[in-house]
Amino acid sequence: MEFTPVIGLEVHAQLKTRTKIFCSCSTAFGAPPNTHTCPVCLGMPGVLPVLNKKVVDYTIKMALATHCTVQPESRFARKNYFYPDLPKGYQISQYELPIATGGYLDIDVDGRSLRIGITRIHMEEDAGKLIHDPDRPISRVDLNRTGTPLMEIVSEPDIRSPEAAGEYLRRLRAILRYLDISDGNMEEGSFRCDANISIMPDGSTVFGTRAEVKNLNSFKHVEKALYYEIARQKEILLDGGQVVQETRLWQPDKGQTVSMRGKEDAHDYRYFPDPDLLPLVIDDGWVDRMRAQMPELPAQRQARYMADYGLSPADARVLTGSRELSDYFEACLAVFDQPKTVANWIMGDLLGLLNTRGVEIENTPVSPENLAGLLELLDADVISGKIAKTVFEAMAETGRPAKTIVEEKGLVQVSDTSAIDPIVDAVIAGSPDEVERYRGGQKKLMGFFVGQVMKQTRGKANPKVVNEILAKKLG
Amino acid sequence: MKITKAEVLHVAHLARLDIGDSDVDRLAGQIGTILDYVDTLKQVDTTGVPATSHAITLTNAFREDELQSHLDPEAALANAPEKDDGAFAVPKVI
Repeated sequence: MEFTPVIGLEVHAQLKTRTKIFCSCSTAFGAPPNTHTCPVCLGMPGVLPVLNKKVVDYTIKMALATHCTVQPESRFARKNYFYPDLPKGYQISQYELPIATGGYLDIDVDGRSLRIGITRIHMEEDAGKLIHDPDRPISRVDLNRTGTPLMEIVSEPDIRSPEAAGEYLRRLRAILRYLDISDGNMEEGSFRCDANISIMPDGSTVFGTRAEVKNLNSFKHVEKALYYEIARQKEILLDGGQVVQETRLWQPDKGQTVSMRGKEDAHDYRYFPDPDLLPLVIDDGWVDRMRAQMPELPAQRQARYMADYGLSPADARVLTGSRELSDYFEACLAVFDQPKTVANWIMGDLLGLLNTRGVEIENTPVSPENLAGLLELLDADVISGKIAKTVFEAMAETGRPAKTIVEEKGLVQVSDTSAIDPIVDAVIAGSPDEVERYRGGQKKLMGFFVGQVMKQTRGKANPKVVNEILAKKLG
Repeated sequence: MKITKAEVLHVAHLARLDIGDSDVDRLAGQIGTILDYVDTLKQVDTTGVPATSHAITLTNAFREDELQSHLDPEAALANAPEKDDGAFAVPKVI
């Protein structure tokens, strides 16, 4: 029997504010332990949390970007549980009345467009950090992160494959970064994901019992963990067993999920409205102000690249996959306005280089100005296509402009017939057999002659001129 | 209102209260009495009164995203029963 997976994702994105959600402490990462605290985030008695307006601004933007309805009135609630990283004994979150509900995100998987529903978006505070001592029976509590603003984005159980889950997350992250409201860095924990997954027999509409998988700290691990869970649940069902509803922890080193026993009874959170925080009322004017500040989003840029530049949907999607890559593309166009050529070089040579080196576009050794400069030289026939590849590699090594490299290495393309003529003559004189076969009808040998001339000129001869001279001389 | 022994133990566990067996029956009675008293509110006719979470009609209190001074870490840790290396120290949780 074959099964269909049913996946819903909960994403926590850390918002890029300067200060915490309910107090004026810094959210900066990496400070010495407990130096970014105050009586509010330490949970001292008698203190009053006050909402950071920017957290609301950012969340409204995310709601608009994901087609959610911004609720005119929402409310904060206390989620009660005990853990040493939670000084108050409760987390301030939103429960019954979240700030935004009922949106969607369109993603592309294998050339098919899929619409993933978004159930809700809400605001909450982060907990502190625990560092477990390897030698002594203690854990150290650092409350710098306590109160850092988080936005939780909950999807509908609309996702049907690990690939679609990965694509949904990448798209969500891209939007956060286009909006400039979160770093979206999974490895550093500013973008975290929990997955709810069950399986049902193909054709069924009744969802199976789900497991919640935690500790998914990279896109790759999300997909791997979901594949593992699908296989695990399938085996249980085929053996006639039943999947247990539970929380499971992904162990990246072992490539498996394990049950987190003892957590089950912790789910009695006794949510209730936080009396310290007033109801949040958002009027249309506020939403309109945020809408007016919205930048172009990936889907809009993709459409523009297709309409204005004639790029294919696949190419437009790659180039808009991250704001940084898309900005790079546009910075190139500002200098060299041939979108298709620029797109091909970015997706081929540049992304190839970045992949090989394992660096992100933000740290590219070849600046957009330098790449555009190279393409200008190529377009003006100053260098040949072959030399352009050499210059690109040199730019990647040195970070210097194409023009400087071409001049220093004497790579300027030779188009002067008086310079190429003698070389062509020498090649013809040195290959009597090939000349005879060519004249006998083997026209394919033209490639051989061109190759020989290019070799003699170390790639500098203009291939078009070489072709013309050869055609004339070979008759 | 009748509160069972199991309910008392559950609530005690959620609050991390260590109560003795001998206390359970007494507490069950007391909690029941308190809940009965709160139930007095049910006698009020609330037809047409919207549900609310706050007794006052104020909404929207905000701060701007502006940094202010932090507490001295020594002051932050002053009340900690155990501290270690600038951090609160707790029995190992993992």
